[in-house]
Amino acid sequence: MNLHEYQAKTMLQKYGIPVPRGQVIAVAKESIAVTSEITSDAWVVKAQVHAGGRGKAGGVKVVKSASEAQKIASELLGKTLITYQNAPDGQPVNQVLIEETLPIARELYLSMLVDRSLERVVVVASSAGGMDIEEIAQNSPEKILQEICDPLSGLVDYQARNLAFKLDLVGEQVGAFTKILKGLYRLFKENDLALLEINPLVVTSTGKLFALDCKMSIDDNALYRQKALAEQRDWSQEDSKEAVAHHAGINYIALNGNIGCMVNGAGLAMATMDLIKLHGGAPANFLDVGGGATAETVAKAFKIIMADSNVKAILVNIFGGIMRCDIIAEGIITAVKEVGMQIPVIVRLEGTNVDLGKEMLRTSGLNIISADGLTDAAKQAVQSVKVVA
Amino acid sequence: MSILVDKNTKVLCQGFTGKQGTFHSEQALAYGTKMVGGVTPGKGGMMHLGLPVFNTMRDAVRATCANASVIYVPPAFAADSILEACDAGIELIICITEGIPVLDMLNVKHVLNSYNVKLIGPNCPGVITPDECKIGIMPGSIHMRGKVGIVSRSGTLTYEAVHQTTALKLGQSTCVGIGGDPIKGLNFIECLQMFEADDETEAIIMVGEIGGSDEEAAAEFIKSNVTKPVAAYIAGQTAPAGKRMGHAGAIISGGSGKASDKIRALELAGAVVASSPAGLGEAVLAAIQNKK
Repeated sequence: MNLHEYQAKTMLQKYGIPVPRGQVIAVAKESIAVTSEITSDAWVVKAQVHAGGRGKAGGVKVVKSASEAQKIASELLGKTLITYQNAPDGQPVNQVLIEETLPIARELYLSMLVDRSLERVVVVASSAGGMDIEEIAQNSPEKILQEICDPLSGLVDYQARNLAFKLDLVGEQVGAFTKILKGLYRLFKENDLALLEINPLVVTSTGKLFALDCKMSIDDNALYRQKALAEQRDWSQEDSKEAVAHHAGINYIALNGNIGCMVNGAGLAMATMDLIKLHGGAPANFLDVGGGATAETVAKAFKIIMADSNVKAILVNIFGGIMRCDIIAEGIITAVKEVGMQIPVIVRLEGTNVDLGKEMLRTSGLNIISADGLTDAAKQAVQSVKVVA
Repeated sequence: MSILVDKNTKVLCQGFTGKQGTFHSEQALAYGTKMVGGVTPGKGGMMHLGLPVFNTMRDAVRATCANASVIYVPPAFAADSILEACDAGIELIICITEGIPVLDMLNVKHVLNSYNVKLIGPNCPGVITPDECKIGIMPGSIHMRGKVGIVSRSGTLTYEAVHQTTALKLGQSTCVGIGGDPIKGLNFIECLQMFEADDETEAIIMVGEIGGSDEEAAAEFIKSNVTKPVAAYIAGQTAPAGKRMGHAGAIISGGSGKASDKIRALELAGAVVASSPAGLGEAVLAAIQNKK
């Protein structure tokens, strides 16, 4: 789960990490109070969306006056901001953050993440701040610095100093940087973060350090114990069908094709998408119904798939496992009836009692095509879409 | 022979009296697995499915001499259960639980590194040596004792590989579901190493998916250490970048973890990579043919 920049910065402040003075607003005229309260030569108005590349997309503007701040805020609020990261659909701007501007001398990059192969929390830093880390990695990999945190001792001062000196920080900046890094490590651990990125971390002309932008995402598996953070989730930033599916306890990701997929197991669900593509079709979604495919969950899943108007056929691919195929077939039949399915449903079942299950589907009198095996199912699904078109 | 488990493996179940623990222990017993008891704190002294229940893993191991344990407890308690099994001297811990926080697993792995213990999972279907020992949630009936060793990050795709090798009468020596989490116990390399050393295993199927670089590391290992034929499949060729595809570990981030890179690495290592999950059986046959 991702946080907005303003939410992330509130967290940073709690851990003693300096951020520019600022205030988030949802109504443009509130900007007047903000600009009068936060004295500054100029302000920056930043659209709050869960995507990078806001600056280039016109979502971050520097303004010189209170009236200009209000004008930009009213332009941004209610708009859909499309950046290279969230194209083509973009995301709605429901809040803007107004901050003071700072005299910037240098821009650094700083992030913290769990490295899956090292099995450690890793700190990544670079003197080439303001650029995407992927870009830095591509163009100047020698500028990427790294410190690996031991789970027992955590991030230790000398590691922070190692980075500080390599980043050419001097004098009091070294101590300030160490304090920031230790605060970030505590924040990371205490809040079950999956990723924390400060880009840029700026050095001002007076030598002070500030987190100018911040991205935070929280480990979804830990949300049960991070309730306060979970409540900050902004569903408006997520695909509406994915949000509905999430609330129904179904793993769903929207794609651009026209063949809906309902599969048990994440690996098989991905493989089913691949299979459709291999046979010349395009999957409309990833959907994992999970282990116990009951009539109820199947019906829910059908409804979520059908909410996508591009879907012209549905491929159901269930490897029964311990669950008997006749029970699954019954669930599918009930669900097709309940949802009043008009488009073809191609079903591939495998596992215990498979023949009985297939027979039930065949004699149901519904628009259900029972496939023999994976390949046949994918071919039939692709074919049925072509016939419709 | 086989790897990891056989008819002599003595298995305890953690979360024994819960719904999942009960159901899958019944299935395991019916399959012939040597289940020797289980643990549910507070229910020690009871009998469940005809087996003793203990309050702690120390008590359970002392009384039963179990050497393996399977975990069905909810995610909030799973890290604790893994560490408890480790402390009690269990040699093989199989954690089925899905949804354990990553930072919990970092700590668990750190502790496990100082013990002589193997962890399988979490977020996995378990491990089975057909006709001898089934530990986990896989359907026993689709398996057939034979010569293909299977290692996979995905549960249902393991079943596909099993189903196809059974249909081709190749059968399986042992199937290991290593799980879909980013931080996990045994990885491809350890399993490949064991399969390479196992007399009964004549060919290996590995099923990977997007996310991380474990398949690339496995490919490097295969190149210099595996003489047996290897067939593979990588799920997620059509998965969009930046989206987590069901499994916590299945995500393409910052341009790494793509299926195409993994497929290329495995092909360069001499593995036969199936373009479709339906082609796993044929791929392993081709791999065996190539080595002849």
